[in-house]
Amino acid sequence: MTSKEVFHDVKVVDFTWAGAGPITTKYLADYGATVVRIESRSRPGLLRTTPPYKDGIPGVDRAAYFGIYNPNKYGMTINMNHSQGMELVKRLIAWADVVAESFTVGVMEKWGLSYEEITKIKPDVIMIRTNMQGHTGPHCRLPGTGVNLVGISGYAHLCGWPDRLPSNPYGPYTDTIAPRFGAAMLIAALDYRRKTGKGQLIDVSQFEAGVNFIAPVMMDYFVNGRVANRRGNYSPRAAPHNAYRCKGQDTWCVIAVFTEEEWKAFCEAVGSPDWTKDERFSFFLGRKAHEPELDCFVEEWTLNRTAEEVMALMQAKGVAAGVVETSADLHRDPQLKHRNHFWVMDHRELGSFSYFGQAAVLSGTPAQPRMPSPCLGEHNEHVCREILEMSEAEFDELLVEGVFD
Amino acid sequence: MSQKDGPLSSCRVLDLTDEKGLFCGKMLVDLGADVIKIEPPGGDPCRNVGPFYRDIPDPEKSLYWLSFNTGKRGITLNIEVSDGRRIFRQLVERADIVIESYEPGYLDSLGLGYSDLSQINPGLILTSISPFGETGPYKDFKASDIVVMALSGYMSLSGDPDRPPVRTSFPIAYCFGAAGAAAGTMIAYYHRELTGEGQWVDASAQQAVASALLNARMHWDLNRVELKRAGPYRVGLSAQGKQLINFRCKDGYVNFVMFGGKTGAKTNRGLTQWMESEGMGSDFMNEIDWDSFDMARVSQDDFDRFEGDIERFFLTRTKSELYEEGSKRGVTIYPISTIRDVFEDPQLEARDFWQRVEHPELDATLLYPGPFVKCSQTQLRPPSRAPRIGEHNQEIYHNELGMSPEELVMLRQAKAI
Amino acid sequence: MKQALEGVKVADFSWVGVGPIIARILAHHGATVVHIESETAPDPLRALAPYKDNISGLNRCAYHACLNDGKYGVTLNLRHPKAKGVVERFVEWADVVSESFAPGVAARLGISYEDVREVKPDIIMYSSCNLGQTGPHARFRGFGTNLVALVGTTHLTGWPDRMPTPPYGALTDVIAPLFGVSALVAALDYHRKTGKGQYLDLSQFESTVHFLTPLILDYQANGRVAQRTGNTSPYAAPHGVYPCKGHDRWCAIAVHTPEEWKAFCKVIDNPDWTKDPRFSSVLARRRNEEELNRLIGEWTIGLSAEEVMVKMQEAGMAAGVVETPGTIQDNPQLKHRHHYRALEHPEIGLHHYDATPFTLSKTPCDLKMPGPCLGQHNEYVYTKILGISDEEFVALLGEGVFE
Repeated sequence: MTSKEVFHDVKVVDFTWAGAGPITTKYLADYGATVVRIESRSRPGLLRTTPPYKDGIPGVDRAAYFGIYNPNKYGMTINMNHSQGMELVKRLIAWADVVAESFTVGVMEKWGLSYEEITKIKPDVIMIRTNMQGHTGPHCRLPGTGVNLVGISGYAHLCGWPDRLPSNPYGPYTDTIAPRFGAAMLIAALDYRRKTGKGQLIDVSQFEAGVNFIAPVMMDYFVNGRVANRRGNYSPRAAPHNAYRCKGQDTWCVIAVFTEEEWKAFCEAVGSPDWTKDERFSFFLGRKAHEPELDCFVEEWTLNRTAEEVMALMQAKGVAAGVVETSADLHRDPQLKHRNHFWVMDHRELGSFSYFGQAAVLSGTPAQPRMPSPCLGEHNEHVCREILEMSEAEFDELLVEGVFD
Repeated sequence: MSQKDGPLSSCRVLDLTDEKGLFCGKMLVDLGADVIKIEPPGGDPCRNVGPFYRDIPDPEKSLYWLSFNTGKRGITLNIEVSDGRRIFRQLVERADIVIESYEPGYLDSLGLGYSDLSQINPGLILTSISPFGETGPYKDFKASDIVVMALSGYMSLSGDPDRPPVRTSFPIAYCFGAAGAAAGTMIAYYHRELTGEGQWVDASAQQAVASALLNARMHWDLNRVELKRAGPYRVGLSAQGKQLINFRCKDGYVNFVMFGGKTGAKTNRGLTQWMESEGMGSDFMNEIDWDSFDMARVSQDDFDRFEGDIERFFLTRTKSELYEEGSKRGVTIYPISTIRDVFEDPQLEARDFWQRVEHPELDATLLYPGPFVKCSQTQLRPPSRAPRIGEHNQEIYHNELGMSPEELVMLRQAKAI
Repeated sequence: MKQALEGVKVADFSWVGVGPIIARILAHHGATVVHIESETAPDPLRALAPYKDNISGLNRCAYHACLNDGKYGVTLNLRHPKAKGVVERFVEWADVVSESFAPGVAARLGISYEDVREVKPDIIMYSSCNLGQTGPHARFRGFGTNLVALVGTTHLTGWPDRMPTPPYGALTDVIAPLFGVSALVAALDYHRKTGKGQYLDLSQFESTVHFLTPLILDYQANGRVAQRTGNTSPYAAPHGVYPCKGHDRWCAIAVHTPEEWKAFCKVIDNPDWTKDPRFSSVLARRRNEEELNRLIGEWTIGLSAEEVMVKMQEAGMAAGVVETPGTIQDNPQLKHRHHYRALEHPEIGLHHYDATPFTLSKTPCDLKMPGPCLGQHNEYVYTKILGISDEEFVALLGEGVFE
């Protein structure tokens, strides 16, 4: 830690696992907080045991999925069933400002680490608990991950083709939404505590967070009784509005034309062929009424060009268009490179690895890549000796006792 | 809205005007037409013209807007996009009159000029209202009330001579032009009803105001005599002196014009006697034989004496007293009314001129000027509230043109309505 | 060319301003109008200057001529016992009858609506007067400047630190006819469709007050009594009239938006004072308006009013020469619009008449006849139009009915 980082004096004990939790604590970690992950050697956690692995070889320290969400954090393994392990955890809690967890309801309670219990150790602690559907209510104990949530929070139904089964947005989509809310609340709570000395409990339901983004659709139901349906790539506000096949294998570019000016510019961009002068396409309602036919004409044009060419030609005329990027494309994307979106760091097992950076650039206190993601239990000694200031003897005793097993 | 009121009960007007023409649409409403005010989505920029109700600048609180859009229905429509123009053409099919006050040539550039619209509806009357006319060296001139007043020649004749010519502080040029447009529109409508033939009415505010020069222009035309502004004095009187016509009185000012000979004798004699009877007689005036009084022979000294004596008397009386009592005595003295005086004028009150209009959106009731002519058979329509932004979109687009709610949503998102 | 109001017949008993102006606009569009005066009581307008060569005379008066062009002129002594029969013939002939006497006078002369309707139940009649046919002030006498004062426009004209100065002349006399024509033509249309006539009571006061409605509402809603403000505007600065080269020559300029202000500064060559924060925004310029106007005047005074106008207009700003009665007939735009029509009058000679302020594309106005001399068309109207036999005409003439 060189120059003053925003959270340089914030200390976090991080019990989170999978996606939503770690992404939340990553906000603090990336901006300078000292985040100590508490894991278990016997039960390494979902993301450490999910492919892809480096070179396809499985290993708890070779899992990329775990890696991307956990740079800038220390990693410990603590046996919570061991009494001295629990002691150590409580000592860490006493040290910490923030305790984060994302277990199913009941797990922390089973360990005697409910919010009430923790406040006995640290009265002004800020505890953030994030899970699928919240920590109270009839479904609070239903286990699951974001992949399941995508269904019940309505996203799955709204994705895909009207004449086919729903096709989900990729992966645990709500895992990527909830942390933004969680992190904002967490930082607000830190500020509140600084001003008042009071901590609090933050209860994040990933379900609720996810639903926020589809609020207009919910309102349409409440007020107009309308149940929204998936409609492929169509928009009620624009035409053309779709993903169009381009030259090459499975390459696509999206084009979105909203206003009359944009339509005129679009026609120019495609070279003003006769079909652009068709009266049926000359006004918005007409384009909507004949949208499949319009899309055919557009695709005839895009098929002869690469996705990059289509995007460039459209953007040059002021029409919104974008290559449908693949993961490979993301790594090549010049704009993301310019934004330093990927932090490349060397990891003992993963090698030279691209971590996600942060989406917003702060001019005065930017986020920094400091440490790669921890191997399992990598910082047991560091945390005990350097952070908790244990003596060598003390540490060795815990080690021998099997506290870190 | 009763269509029985007014002689134009089966006439539909599409009103595309701004400040230059709003008043024309209003007159047509008063005559009984169904006038649909078409505003751009979000409301017409004229709604930002004050004064405002309780001085709150809000597009639904412009008293200017409320004044000149009484009784119109209101829809939003953007004729700059294709979807909007298609809808407009549909509306034109069912309309009798279109009034507009865009820059000359603008509607033509959109394919909505007279030649285009008359093809859709041969009986259509298009009234174009502009500051200077649809053609000519000034057609593209930027205008403003003061500029039209200047270029009409009318402004040169008001104000104190030792200061610049002055306009009336409240703009009237555009209302003037729009009222002329209404008259022209009616003549074209009469012709259309008789023959089925529509036409284009080209109305100019400059011409309307220029006609107010009346005899001042004629002095030049005939004898090359150029009348000039004379402040509160009578313009153009070729006497040896200046004749004051505005006088201070107890609570403001009054207008009193002394005429010579038989024309003025009754008034002059009446005033002289009145002053005398109140103990403020003027020796000078008592001596005059009013029947043979010749204004051309009056010297400046004489004028000053009249005016001194008269003003001294007027200063003891209010506008209202001088007006009412004066009339009883055959003395013509008129108040220089303030807006308050106009509002409280007993004559207007007695003729039920002020009409109540409810404004539930303001939680208020306001009084508006009533019909501009009293007709015995087809009473003019009493004023009713000006429309809110897009107030009749549903009525026109859905009920009349049969557009579905979904289409209306899409059109709104496409900025067409 | 067929004109819009061809075939419409008007017996115009009105005089002075509003009544005749309404009738002349109808005449311009093809109506047949007979203007009825009397030698015993000529139209008072005939007694107002200017006269041909400054020599007064009933038929040398431009004011009367210019408000009565397009009409036949006859004389009829309405007080003569035999006039009633002639009046009835006029009413039978006419579609429209007009009068503009003080309320009550028409009845005394036997040409009230009740009288006229007895002869022709579906007649359309309009009465124009200052204050309306009914009400406590209906019979108040008044002339042009009086009404301009009563209606509120005088109070609103002039400088805030001085006595009000009236807008020129008989303004309401020119405004009211536009309302009158609109209603009258609507009534003609209604009559054509239903066979029903009616009576129109036109008050100059009431029609002109409509122009001031925003101020009326402002008074009610905000308690504000509008005041004169010279040439300023609440929304724009610069906004006023600036002295130019020559004697008493002025140009009006109105700058509304920040873009226009930039353009304005450029036109006047961006002098240093334009960068002064006192002039940087509309509000600031309004606060320092006197100084602003003085500074602008220093620029305008070096140019002619036309140059100022053209420079400003080319840069996209509203500006206009303050035309005068002496220059207005040469105004290029009014010339283009053929606003002033030259007609040859028997006594006045060639002089100019205002056309209508609107041009109909297919049936435009046509000014054909100059204002009539007193009784000029007696014989033609009475014998050819009303169909009075030559013998009867001569007899009535001898008895003084047509005086």
